[in-house]
Amino acid sequence: MLDQLETLREEALAALQMISDSASLQAWEGQYIGRKGALTQLLRGMGGLSPEERPIFGKTANEVKQILTAAHDERQQLIQDRELAQDLEQGEIDITLPGRTAQIGGLHPSTQVLRRFYQIWGDMGFQVYRTRDVETDDMNFTMLNFPPHHPARDMQDTFYTTQPDVILRTHTSAGQIRAMWEYGDHGTKPIRVVLPGMCYRFEQITARSEVQFHQIEGIAIGKNIRMTDLKGTITEFAKRMFHPKAGVRFRASYFPFTEPSMEVDVECCVCGGKGCNLCKYSGWLEIAGCGMIHPVVLQNGGYDPAEWSGFAFGMGPERTAMLKHRITDIRYFWANDQRFLGQF
Amino acid sequence: MQIPLSWLKEFVEIDVPVELLAEMLTKAGLEVSHLHYIGLPQTKVEGVRYPQSDHLVWDRERLLLGAIREVKPHPNADRLVLAMVDYGGAELEQCVTGAPNLFEFKGLGVLPHPLWTAFAAEGAEVWDGHSDTPKRMTLKGKELRGIYNKSMVCSDKELGIAEDHDGVILLREQPRTAHGQPHAPGTPLADVLGDVVLTVELTPNLARAWSVLGVAREIAALLDKDLRQPSHQVIMDGAPINGQVFCEIRQPALNPRFTLMLLRDATIQPSPEWMQWRLKLCGQRPINNIVDVTNYITFEIGQPLHAFDYDQLVARVGGQAPTIITRLPEAGETLETLDQVNRELQGENILVCDTAGVLSLGGIIGGAETEISATTRNVLLEAANWHFINIRRTMQQHKVFTDAGVRFSRGVHPSQAILGVQRGMELMRQTAGGQVAKGVLDLYPQPLPMVQLDLPIREIERITGIAMEATTAADYLSRLGFDVTIEGPVLHVTVPDHRMDIGTGVIGQADLIEEIMRVMGYDAIPTTLLDDLLPEQRNNDALQWEEITRDLLVGLGLRENISYRFTTPDREQALIAPNGRDLNAHMDYVQIANPISPEKSVLRKTLLAGLLDNVRANLRYQSLQRVFEIGSVYFARPDQELPDEPRRLAIVFAGARQATNWSIKTSEDVDFYDLKGVIEGVLRGLHIPKFSFTRARHPSLHPGRSAALLIGDLNVGAFGELHPVIARRFDLADVPVMIAEFDLDLILGAVNGLHHIQPLPITPAILEDIALIVKEEVNAADLERLIWQTGGPLLKDVRLFDVYRGPQLGEGQKSLAFSLTYQTDEKTLNDAEVAAIRKKVVKAAEKQFGAVLRSI
Repeated sequence: MLDQLETLREEALAALQMISDSASLQAWEGQYIGRKGALTQLLRGMGGLSPEERPIFGKTANEVKQILTAAHDERQQLIQDRELAQDLEQGEIDITLPGRTAQIGGLHPSTQVLRRFYQIWGDMGFQVYRTRDVETDDMNFTMLNFPPHHPARDMQDTFYTTQPDVILRTHTSAGQIRAMWEYGDHGTKPIRVVLPGMCYRFEQITARSEVQFHQIEGIAIGKNIRMTDLKGTITEFAKRMFHPKAGVRFRASYFPFTEPSMEVDVECCVCGGKGCNLCKYSGWLEIAGCGMIHPVVLQNGGYDPAEWSGFAFGMGPERTAMLKHRITDIRYFWANDQRFLGQF
Repeated sequence: MQIPLSWLKEFVEIDVPVELLAEMLTKAGLEVSHLHYIGLPQTKVEGVRYPQSDHLVWDRERLLLGAIREVKPHPNADRLVLAMVDYGGAELEQCVTGAPNLFEFKGLGVLPHPLWTAFAAEGAEVWDGHSDTPKRMTLKGKELRGIYNKSMVCSDKELGIAEDHDGVILLREQPRTAHGQPHAPGTPLADVLGDVVLTVELTPNLARAWSVLGVAREIAALLDKDLRQPSHQVIMDGAPINGQVFCEIRQPALNPRFTLMLLRDATIQPSPEWMQWRLKLCGQRPINNIVDVTNYITFEIGQPLHAFDYDQLVARVGGQAPTIITRLPEAGETLETLDQVNRELQGENILVCDTAGVLSLGGIIGGAETEISATTRNVLLEAANWHFINIRRTMQQHKVFTDAGVRFSRGVHPSQAILGVQRGMELMRQTAGGQVAKGVLDLYPQPLPMVQLDLPIREIERITGIAMEATTAADYLSRLGFDVTIEGPVLHVTVPDHRMDIGTGVIGQADLIEEIMRVMGYDAIPTTLLDDLLPEQRNNDALQWEEITRDLLVGLGLRENISYRFTTPDREQALIAPNGRDLNAHMDYVQIANPISPEKSVLRKTLLAGLLDNVRANLRYQSLQRVFEIGSVYFARPDQELPDEPRRLAIVFAGARQATNWSIKTSEDVDFYDLKGVIEGVLRGLHIPKFSFTRARHPSLHPGRSAALLIGDLNVGAFGELHPVIARRFDLADVPVMIAEFDLDLILGAVNGLHHIQPLPITPAILEDIALIVKEEVNAADLERLIWQTGGPLLKDVRLFDVYRGPQLGEGQKSLAFSLTYQTDEKTLNDAEVAAIRKKVVKAAEKQFGAVLRSI
């Protein structure tokens, strides 16, 4: 019997030497040291041995099992290492195939730019105050120092509704007086708000003009608000919205509801001021209109213009997006062509 | 407005390059939008960006003033002539040319007076006059029909002055310098005709600057130079005007001033070449000397003039001295204006009339009957003043926008009328001859008071933040013509009589501060950051939750659209299926009184029509569409002036569920449950606690595959499959389309920003699946609700994970498989406890729905 153990050991070790893959190794394990393997078979025959032989046989069989198990584990490690090495070396896929498309949503570019406005102005203490699209002629014009039939009204071609004196707001300035009334507490409290919203003008739809467009208006009213603050605040905004080193230019202009009034240009973001198609070769891009709030408007909002002062500014989110992303046609915004929207 | 630099220089010394001048004017509020260079080179100015111009710079050696001494016939060509040009050289140069305006001089021999022209010598660069697109060419010698030619006489187009190529430049009068010295032949053309035309854009408050003189006045202030006022001396050697014409103002508020002068024995002829040249540079076509003077004065000093044929006026009243009356129309009065339109006159249209009827629409356009004609002998010249708002309203009523009308509508000061009539009359006398009647008939019943106001120096600092010396502020104002005296810390200011835009009191102070800043220059204003009291800070919850809703939808893979808010009732009516009830029918549209186009006639009452159009268009590019829009709709309210503007959220899914590619080769169609899953996702994301769904009857939805969303008991909108009839109307019959529209104000009204979380469990859960066979008509949600109700407090989650139909279940049966989670923090549950609950659930399902347990 001990001879048989010895033979088994030699035969098994010899067979193990020939094995080079996991499947054969598993088969070898079954054949020799598994539950139904040869070693188990031999141990079952142990009943035929004398009581003196049994412990010796048992001890030897155990030794053989340990040797074979150790040899098996060693072999297994070898094979696993080789197989791992093989997989690492040969398991290449074509990584140039496109990924499986995930369903990607996205915000409209106007929303994205508006949020940027909210953020920058919010940091400076201006909160969002929204008012209505359909307004009275009074709120949109008369209270803002555009008397009826005044030539300043020529600057803003208006959509009228069939309801007398009800129009579509031509600018978000239409909400100024409402904001002053609601937050100013009869002209006793300072305010700082921005008023975003859709505005409407009776204009032919072209690459440069639309019948509807967003605006964002800002007003700050207090007892110590000066033109130098207006210039500094707008410059700060332009640097954050466009470029930290962007040059800013202020030009005199005219809006009935501010005085002095200014228009603001930033250095063209495409050509850096050298002149290009976008800036019509002037090096400057117009980004805002602004000014010190006209005394008449302060009065209409409940403030005493001898004591209070303030500034107002107005900007166009679509125009801003056009400048930042070099969009050459404003009609893209409401066409909702996914080939355009998909780029944001 | 186009203004030649040479004309400006008549009134003010300009010692800076025109590019810098343009920048200064632009910054001072007179935007120079274009510089049109005529022959002169562009100057680079440090710090000033200006578009590089590709105009023709006239070669000082080769483009010269020429004098045509004789025009000879071409021996071999009828359509060519030989111009013999004196260009300052030793001999006359022979130029072969086809210029039609030389033909009348052909064969006349040596001309008694030379014709002055632009001469180009060999090697000169000019524009190709025959090319439709701008193309440069260099003159080279060549034979033209047998005659060698190496130079030319030039047209406007060849020199880049204007588009004219009808003939060469021909001046009968020898050109002179600004000081009146004649230019000799051979003078560089740039010194004779070279110029820069500024295009100035004027905002409505700048009526005072709407003339060469007005812009020159601004320049004088900016450059700190003196303004040279034009002369308005008139040589009057005719009989007194009194008795030859009478005048009456009946509406002094609408017509504050009316002045008349009379010129007899005038000769109507072309105006002098220098005047025609200037008018041409200003974009005005020359007509005859009288009409040209009225235009010239309008450009020069900004006072529009009107000239009548005096003899026609006399004839209208039977040979008597006419009486000019300004008044409002009588009922039914009409006027045929110069543009041959017969106009019905309305209420407040101020008119210039005589005793026989209406002559002209005051300040806007003249009548056809009394206009200047080739046979006019005696000219009655009007310079009047009109109330600006009335003029604007009248122009809009009659849709006629003339140079004169637009100027008056912006506000011309009455003081300008007397200057205009005198300067205009003198120029007419000089160009048409004749005698000027002595005196001016000048009616100015209520002269405008002189505007005087005080500006405390501290007010400048309060508004601008700049501490300024009184003398400095006074200097800036006086440069613009204000009369200022300083008394301690206060400026006493008198407003000059050409300005209508300076108010009084606190408004006037703001007006003056703006003028001070403009002259000082906005560049010189320092920048500061707000250090005023920070006002109370507030959240905007409505906006915040709206933006969170957008983010949730984007996270769920939807793309935001923003559509036109204009639509038509027809477009929205298309969303109502046959026999469907329009849910918005009881609310009226906000109707646009002046729509820009027929398809933008009202404001929308739903977002769906616009979104469906967008999806239809985009299906051309991608078979999968998931879009949403958040925005207002508009409902007119009978009891209120302004409409309701509630917010809506609309969603459209169309086409495939999934994008296909090399790996995912096909995709199923989207269906009701794709949309429902997104809606549930948004509601969960907003932490809206109590929402549920119920069958809906909605006019735009398939009746079997649609649902209403309830929050508590509130119906906030519907969603489901687009009704097939509507799909056809929107050209979407070939794809599955799911739509939703909700009242966003109602949804967000249910948001509570402070939802509480569930603590994490501390014991293990027991999971168990049960499948129940029920009849087809049993709703999954009803069965699920029953499970919840009977499951008791240990049941923590119920999730439907399979719906199965098959032959072994039998016809009209289905199996609904739920995964149940049992858990309590009090102890670890055992199988027996769970089995007891399950038994209860199955029993209840049997009883209520006839359910049979299929498997556990």
